[in-house]
Amino acid sequence: MTTMISVSGLTKDFVLHTQGGTVIPVFADLSLEVAEGECVCLHGPSGSGKSTLLRSLYANYKPGSGHIRVAHRGEWVDLTQAEPWQVVEVRRHSVGYVSQFLRVIPRVPALEVVAEPAKLVGMPADEAEARARTLLTRLNIPERLWSIAPATFSGGEQQRVNIARGFVRDYPILLLDEPTASLDAANRQVVVDLILEAKARGVAIVGIFHDAEVREAVADRLFEVTAFQKSAA
Amino acid sequence: MSAVQEARWDEAYNFAYLDEQTKRMIRRSILKAIAVPGYQVPFGGREMPLAYGWGTGGIQVTASVIGPDDTLKVIDQGADDTTNAVSIRRFFSRVAGVETTEATEEADIIQTRHRIPEAPLREGQVLVYQVPQPEPLRSLEPRETETRKMHGYAEYGLMHVRLYEDIARYGHIATTYSYPVMVNGRYLMSPSPIPKFDNPKMQGNPAIQLFGAGREKRIYAIPPYTSVKSLDFDDHPFEPQTWDESCALCGADNSYLDEVVLDDHGGKMFVCSDTHFCEDRRAKGHRGELGADPAALAFARTADEGEAQ
Amino acid sequence: MSAVMAMNPVAERRPLLKVNKLTKHYGDHIGCEDVSFTVYPGEVIGIVGESGSGKSTLLNVLSAQMPPTSGAVEYDLSAKGLRDIFTLSEPERRKLMRTDWGVVHQNPRDGLRMNVSAGGNVGERLMAIGARHYGELRREGLDWMAKVELDTSRIDDKPKTFSGGMQQRLQIARNLVTRPRLVFMDEPTGGLDVSVQARLLDLLRGLVRELGIAAIIVTHDLAVVRLLADRLMVMRRGHVVEAGLTDQVLDDPHHPYTQLLVSSVLQV
Ligand SMILES: Nc1ncnc2c1ncn2[C@@H]1O[C@H](COP(=O)(O)OP(=O)(O)OP(=O)(O)O)[C@@H](O)[C@H]1O
Ligand SMILES: Nc1ncnc2c1ncn2[C@@H]1O[C@H](COP(=O)(O)OP(=O)(O)OP(=O)(O)O)[C@@H](O)[C@H]1O
Ligand SMILES: [Mg+2]
Ligand SMILES: [Mg+2]
Ligand SMILES: [Zn+2]
Repeated sequence: MTTMISVSGLTKDFVLHTQGGTVIPVFADLSLEVAEGECVCLHGPSGSGKSTLLRSLYANYKPGSGHIRVAHRGEWVDLTQAEPWQVVEVRRHSVGYVSQFLRVIPRVPALEVVAEPAKLVGMPADEAEARARTLLTRLNIPERLWSIAPATFSGGEQQRVNIARGFVRDYPILLLDEPTASLDAANRQVVVDLILEAKARGVAIVGIFHDAEVREAVADRLFEVTAFQKSAA
Repeated sequence: MSAVQEARWDEAYNFAYLDEQTKRMIRRSILKAIAVPGYQVPFGGREMPLAYGWGTGGIQVTASVIGPDDTLKVIDQGADDTTNAVSIRRFFSRVAGVETTEATEEADIIQTRHRIPEAPLREGQVLVYQVPQPEPLRSLEPRETETRKMHGYAEYGLMHVRLYEDIARYGHIATTYSYPVMVNGRYLMSPSPIPKFDNPKMQGNPAIQLFGAGREKRIYAIPPYTSVKSLDFDDHPFEPQTWDESCALCGADNSYLDEVVLDDHGGKMFVCSDTHFCEDRRAKGHRGELGADPAALAFARTADEGEAQ
Repeated sequence: MSAVMAMNPVAERRPLLKVNKLTKHYGDHIGCEDVSFTVYPGEVIGIVGESGSGKSTLLNVLSAQMPPTSGAVEYDLSAKGLRDIFTLSEPERRKLMRTDWGVVHQNPRDGLRMNVSAGGNVGERLMAIGARHYGELRREGLDWMAKVELDTSRIDDKPKTFSGGMQQRLQIARNLVTRPRLVFMDEPTGGLDVSVQARLLDLLRGLVRELGIAAIIVTHDLAVVRLLADRLMVMRRGHVVEAGLTDQVLDDPHHPYTQLLVSSVLQV
C-alpha cells in the first residue's frame, strides 16, 4: 500500500515568552505513517497534543525537530523544510484540512466559500459550484443561506460549511479536527458517509473524533499521542 | 558700425537697454534653445523697467537679438496700437533707435503678445513671444523637480490627462489657447497664450520663433522649418477655431476674429484681430459688411485698446 | 515510505523580487537593517510590526522611492532577467513604477491627483504608456470603477468629493489598470471604518487572486494579513524577527515579540 504521510522523530514544545518563558512539551520523537485509503484517529485526553499534531501535518504549527513528509504530485515534500510557497502548493493540491471552526471571510457567500478550493486548482467555476451545491444539499444547509456570508450562521451551520469546503476537492490527504463536534445525529451520519466515500477513493485521512460512534465507523486504527509525551510532561 | 556715426538711441542707456554681458548671456541661452527645439533654457534675467506681465521676457529676448538696422513690429493680441504694444515700440525706438513698423512683411523682428500674424512669415524674420507661464505641465504638476524629469524622460502622459479632462467635461477638447504642442517630436511646449487657431502656423514656419518668460526666467525656441504638432486623441483630433462669420471690415474669412460689441442692444460685429492684416486688405480694396462705415472702424480700434492686459 | 516517490525536487520557480541584506540608515538611526526575502509571482506578503519598526522604510526602499544604505533589491525584468533596481537608469525605474509596479499609499492624497476626475486618474497610467483613444480610455475607466465597486456615474467627479474608502478604491483601480505584476501598499485600509475596511479587503483579495498580482502590504492589522497575505514578516526595531506562512506565524509564533503582538489582539 502506498504511504501518503510519513512522520519521523517529530518533537514539539511551546515556549511561552509572554509567560516568563514557560515551556510546554507536547510530544517528542513521534513517528506515524498513514497509507492510501486509511483513516487514522488521533487519540488521547484533552491537552495531549492531538490538534497540535494535526496542525503540524498541515504545516500550521512548526515542530522543533523531525520530519513530516507528505505525498505531493508523485513526490515527497518535507513540510518541516519546505519553502512557504511549496507549502501553499501542497495545501492547494494535496492536503485538505477541516478545522474545528470556520474562519469567516467577510462578504464571501457560503457557496463561494465552499467552491473556492476547487476553483483555486483550476476547476471550471460552474463545475466547482455544482459540487458545492451538491455538498451543501447533502449537509442540509438550506438553499436560502447559500448566497449569504456565513458570519451570521449558527455554529453547526458554520461547521457544515467548513466540512463541505474540505470535501469539495478530492485531496489525496485529508486532516479532520473534530468535524462532527457540533452536529446532530443526522448530519453526523452525512459526515461519516463522506469520510467513508473518501476512504474508498483512496484518500489518506487523519482525524480527531471524540464521538465513539463516529470513530468506530470510520477509523482503521487509533494513534495514541500520549505515547510520545516526554516524561517531564 | 563706424565710431564717427552718431548714435541714434538715447545714450543714457547701453544699446537696447541691457548691458553687453547680459545680452551675451541671453544670446547663449537662445542659441541653446534653438539647438534643442522646445526645451526650456533657464537664463539669468535682468530686472526690466516694466512690471512682469508687460512682457519683460519678450523684451529681454528682443533686446538681445536686435541690431540698429533692424525694423521692429510689436503686437498685442494682434493689434499694433494697444498701450502695451505702443510702449514697447517706443521703448526700443528710444533705447535702440530702431525703425518700427506695423507691416508684418517689413519687420525683421516681431515681438508678440498672444498672437501670430496672419501674413505668412519668411526666412530671416524673428518672432518673439511674451510668455507668462512656460511650463505646460504646471497646472497638473506643481513640483518643478518633477516636471523637469518629465521633460527629461519625455514622460508626457499627464498632458493628455488634461485633454482627457476637457473631453470628459465638455465633450470636446475645450482648450482654446496655450494649446500644448510637441516640438520636433521630442519636447512638450506651451506656445504661450496664442489661440489654438495659430497653432498650425508654428509648424514648419520659415521664421525663427523665440519664447521669453520673464518671471520664470526661461527661454525656448522653434528653429525654422521645425515640426510642431498639437496634441490630440485619435478619436478627438486637433481642430483650430473656425467662424461662421467673416471680418465685418475687410471680409476676410480665414483670419482670427474678435467679437466687438457695438451698442447696448446686443449689436456686435466680428473683425480681424490682426489689425495690420485687416488694414492691408482694406487698402487693397477688400470690404466686409460694415467695411465702409467709419464709425465701425473707430469702434474696432477703441475696443482693442480697452482690452490690453 | 514508498520507493516510487523521489525526495523533494519540487520544481524551481522564478523569483519576481529578491531582497538581499537590505539596510537603510537615517544618519545614525536605523530605518531597517539586514532584510532578506524573496517574492514569487502572485504571492502576497504582509509586513507587520509596531509603530516605528521600519515597515514604511522597508517598503519605500523596496519600491525604489528611497535608495538603500546597503544591500540589493533585484526585480525580474522579464526579458532582461533579475536586475538590481538601483542600477537601473532613472527613466527605466520610473517606467517600471508606472507600468509593472503599483504603489497604493496610505494617504490617498499621495496616490491620487485630487484635481483630476476619477476617470482621468484611472486613465493616467494608460496615457503614460501611449493610449491615445479617448473612447477606449473611457471604457477602461468605467470598467475599472465597476471592478472596484465605485458608482460609474461618478467617473467625472474629482476624488476630493469621494469618501476615504472610495478614494482608496480609486487609488487601487488607478494602479491596477496597467495590470502590474507587483503592488506595494502601505496601510491600504488605515483610516477607514471597519465595515469599509472589510469590503476593501475582500475586493483586494479578489483582484489580487484574479489577476495573479504579487503584493507587499504593510499594515498593523493582523486581521488584514490573515485575510490577504500568504506570507508574513514581523518587524521590530528595523529587523525582521520572524517570517513564514501567515497562519504559521500567527498561530504558532516563536519570537517573543510576535507572541506579544498576537496575544494582544483578541482573535485573528
Ligand atoms: N498555539 C499554541 N500556543 C501555545 N500552546 C499551545 C498552542 N496550541 C496548543 N498548545 C498547548 O499544547 C498542548 C496540546 O494542546 P492541543 O490543542 O494539541 O491538545 P488536544 O489534544 O487537541 O486537546 P483537546 O482534546 O482539548 O482539543 C496544550 O497544553 C496546549 O495548551
Ligand atoms: N526620513 C526619515 N528621517 C529620519 N528618520 C526616519 C525617517 N523616516 C523614518 N524614520 C525613522 O525610522 C524608523 C522607522 O520608521 P518607519 O516610518 O519605517 O516606521 P513604520 O514601521 O512604518 O511605523 P508606522 O507604523 O508608525 O508607520 C522610525 O524610528 C522613524 O522615526
Ligand atoms: Mg484539540
Ligand atoms: Mg509607516
Ligand atoms: Zn479684417
